[in-house]
Formats: sequence, structure tokens, C-alpha cells
Amino acid sequence: MIEILSQTALATVQDIGRFGALRWGVGTAGAMDRMALVCGNLLLGNEEGAAAIEAQVFPFELRFDADCAFALTGADCAATLDGVPLPPWSAAKTRSGAVLRLGLPVSGKWRGARAYLCVAGGIDVPIALGSRSTQLRGAIGGLEGRALKQGDRLPLVPSIAGSPGPLEIGLVPPALAMPLEVDGCAAVRVLPAAEYDCFTQASRDALWSASWKITPQSDRYGFRLAGPNLEPLAPMEMRSHGIVPGVIQVPHGGQPIVQMCDAQPSGGYPKIGTVIEADLWRLGQAPIGSSVRFIETDWDGALAAGDETRNWLAEVRRLLDLYRTRSLGR
Amino acid sequence: MTAAEPRVSLLGTSALLFEAPGETDLRTQRRIWSLAREAETWPEVCEAVPGVNNLLVSFTKPPRRLSGLTERLAMAWQAAEPLPLAGRIFELPVVYGGDGGPHMADVVAHTKLSVDEIVAIHSEPVYPVYALGSHPGYCYLGGMDPRIATPRRKVPIVRLPGGAVSIGGAQTGVSASDGPSGWNTIGTTSMRFFDVTLDPPALLQPGDGIVFKVAGIIR
Repeated sequence: MIEILSQTALATVQDIGRFGALRWGVGTAGAMDRMALVCGNLLLGNEEGAAAIEAQVFPFELRFDADCAFALTGADCAATLDGVPLPPWSAAKTRSGAVLRLGLPVSGKWRGARAYLCVAGGIDVPIALGSRSTQLRGAIGGLEGRALKQGDRLPLVPSIAGSPGPLEIGLVPPALAMPLEVDGCAAVRVLPAAEYDCFTQASRDALWSASWKITPQSDRYGFRLAGPNLEPLAPMEMRSHGIVPGVIQVPHGGQPIVQMCDAQPSGGYPKIGTVIEADLWRLGQAPIGSSVRFIETDWDGALAAGDETRNWLAEVRRLLDLYRTRSLGR
Repeated sequence: MTAAEPRVSLLGTSALLFEAPGETDLRTQRRIWSLAREAETWPEVCEAVPGVNNLLVSFTKPPRRLSGLTERLAMAWQAAEPLPLAGRIFELPVVYGGDGGPHMADVVAHTKLSVDEIVAIHSEPVYPVYALGSHPGYCYLGGMDPRIATPRRKVPIVRLPGGAVSIGGAQTGVSASDGPSGWNTIGTTSMRFFDVTLDPPALLQPGDGIVFKVAGIIR
């Protein structure tokens, strides 16, 4: 069991996401930074998509009520275990009764917005429509379909793999291993969407050249951005249609909204572009108040970006396996 | 491209959007239902989800080349016969206007009709459920009288309560739970549209129908 000690907000149980339920109006939910989730699970020898705690308001404190192994990834929150500092992006063992504390995300070369706590075996909440991810709208999955609060107790899935093996190992965060910036500003790649050509040339240029500030009205549903107004050539009323996380909608007011993991699975505002799936984790870590840049890409470029992250994860998996094999043989 | 051809566009690398040509109508929607059934049997397709006279096709994994999939979609659309789904009819009592219909004034201002006229027009038809989407259990309805069409709001509101009956462009619908929306709310109803413990979890399905019954008008 894990018990939440801090008065918290917006922390949820998330796995890799819920797929196949769009037909009932249920979106994917899932970790905002899938790379962090997968890396945390890889460090523990878990299934890659196992459920974890996603924390986004700090400090965040919890107690382990069992001996177990855990991994911390995502934003570096100067974590401590019973007061002893823990390195970011690494796994550790804990004894029952130990208190884990995550502080404010550390600023530095890379500052994230969301931290992930994976545990050996994964967090055990009931599977709803194929996933343990919390979908706040409709109260599906997670712990009673809601955000975690003080006093909540979360059971752990018994670890099938037994001991995850040696744990004194960490990873270079993917944001440092595969940085993507324009003029010192975090960047993501975007494929133009159906209505791209229906915006003025100046607006299309601004999409690529402006830096877009993430406003406080940004959350797991979507990031409302502030920047130059994006103007259509003529007013558009679309028929409602399916959308996916990453779609950049432009409501009539002209300020774009990027749909994120809890996005509704359909919408009707004009779409100027879509942040590619391979870069959504980068956006998921962009703090409120920071700015992002959009880089235009095409289908082949977007697929290459997906290959790059997949290859990087494959290399992480290979090195971890190698390390475990060697350690066991010692 | 002529107006009679469907349009295919990308939703990033995870899905594409197929849009049928022409005005929104039930016959086209029946062909969309038919196309969805066909496309869902293809191995590269994760889900084929009808929207309003359009179809989202999500990928199990993005295809290296898109042309094969888009050509198959175009061919399947040519061959798609209308699929008549004869569903059930649900009657929903609605209180129009007042606190439960905060944007009625905007619809009045846009349409130049009176509240009574808007209510009479809105509660007249049997609305076919075209598609599910937006949020768990939500239904997109066809058949709204174009006289009460009202553009979506310039800035979406952050929290629209469940049971809100609203108009967005030429469409109408009922929200199934609290959440953000860009539509104009003209009334409110109470109905449970979604239960995750049921199979299927959504109460309504494409092909069902909704009738709005006037339970009250607050002017």
C-alpha cells in the first residue's frame, strides 16, 4: 500500500492510456509524459505501460506501507526518502514506513511540470474499459475516477517478476538525450491539419515563428496558449468530428488550444495543426508560464521522430537488460 | 478537388479524418456508419469512429505510406450503402431558459426569434443520434432546424454542467457530465447517459432517437 500524506491536488493514477473506447465518447487519458512513465517502468522491470502516480502540484508526500522498489521519473523534484536525497530518473528500494517527499520542480537546464512515481508491479486500481488511467470527466478508472487526496491508500500489483534486480541505476532524461529547442525555447513538431490553409498567410507564419505562452488555464484537458491572434480567411463552422491529443484548435477568439491527454475525443473548432504523437511528452512537461515553439514537419518527418523515440527506448531497454544480466552474474 | 469528393486530412500521426461531401444529412450519416463497420475490420485501423457526416480512423500504428489507406477509404466510400440503424426513442424533459439555460439570450440575439419560438422549434423533431463523442455518453444529434443555428462561443466555457441542452453551429445536443464546452446552453435535463459498469457503457447509440419534451420555460 501507498498512503498519500500531503494535501494534494490534481495528482492521479495514470497508465499508458485507454484505447478503443472513443466510440462511447471516452478519450485516452493516460500519462502526460509517456516517456517518463515507460522509463520508470523499465527501470523496475515492469510492463512498460503499468499504472503510476502522476503528480503535478508540489510538495507531494506519501508513505510506503510495504517494502518495495520504486522509480522516480519526469520533473526533477529534489525528492527525498526519509530525508535522504534521491537522484532523479532512478530506481530505489524502500522499507515499509518510509516517507517519500517531492519538492518543487528544480529549475535548470530542463525544468519539468509533472513527476511520475512507478512502483514494482504497478499501482493496482480496477481496470475500466481496458485501462487504469483516471479520466476525471465521467469519473472513469483510477481511484474512484477522481484525483488523489490526503489519506488515500493505493494497493500495489504483486510484482510477477519477483525482485526487479539491482536498482542502483538511473537514466539520462529523454529531454536531455533528445533535446528539441528553437531559440532556447522548448519546441514540438506539428503536422498541418485540415483547416491550415483556411488561415491567413500571416497567421500561418505566426504559428511557426511566434513563441506560444502556456496560460494558467492549461491542464490535462488542454493547453490554452497566448500569442498572436490566428485569423481565418473566412469564419468557419465545422461539423463535429473526432480529434486526438495534440490537435491545435483555434476557437473564434483566435488563441489556440492544444488538446492534451484528457481532451474530449471530438470537437468542432477549426484545426490548424497537430502536435505529433512522438513529441506530446515534451509538451506534457512544459510548465505553465513557459513558452513553446512549433516546428513544421511532414508525414515522413513525423514518422522519423517516432522512430527516434522508439529506438532510444529500445536502447534503454537493452542497456538495462545488459546491466541486470551482468549484475546477476557477478 | 470538387465539392462532391470526400476529404481526408491528418490528425497528427495517430489518426486521420474522412469528411463526406455535401450538406449534413441522415442518408450520408448512414453511409458513414456503413464505412465505419468496414474500416474497423482493417488491420491497420484501431477504431473507426463516426462524427457528424465524417469518420475518425485511428491507427494501430501509423502506416509508412498513407496512400494505400486513403485509397481504400475512398473505394469503400464509393461502395458504402446507407446502413439503416433502427434504434430506440428516448424522451427527455427539458426546462428551457433561466439558470439552466444561460445562453438563451445569445441564441435569441443571433436568430432574432423569441424564446417561445426557439423552444417550439427545438422541441419539435425526433433527433436521430448521429454519433457519440465529446465526452462519455454524449450524443451528437442530427435534424436541428437551421433557423435556430447559432455559432459556437468565441471562447469556450470551462465548466458546463451535465444535462445542459445546447446549440453549437447547426447542431444540438445534451452534455452527459460536467466539462468544458463551446456551445450555447439553452436548457437543462436530467438523464444518466453513461455507466462504466455496463456493457456497452453508453446509454445511447448511433441510430437511436431523442425527443425533447418541454417541462418548463423560464423567461
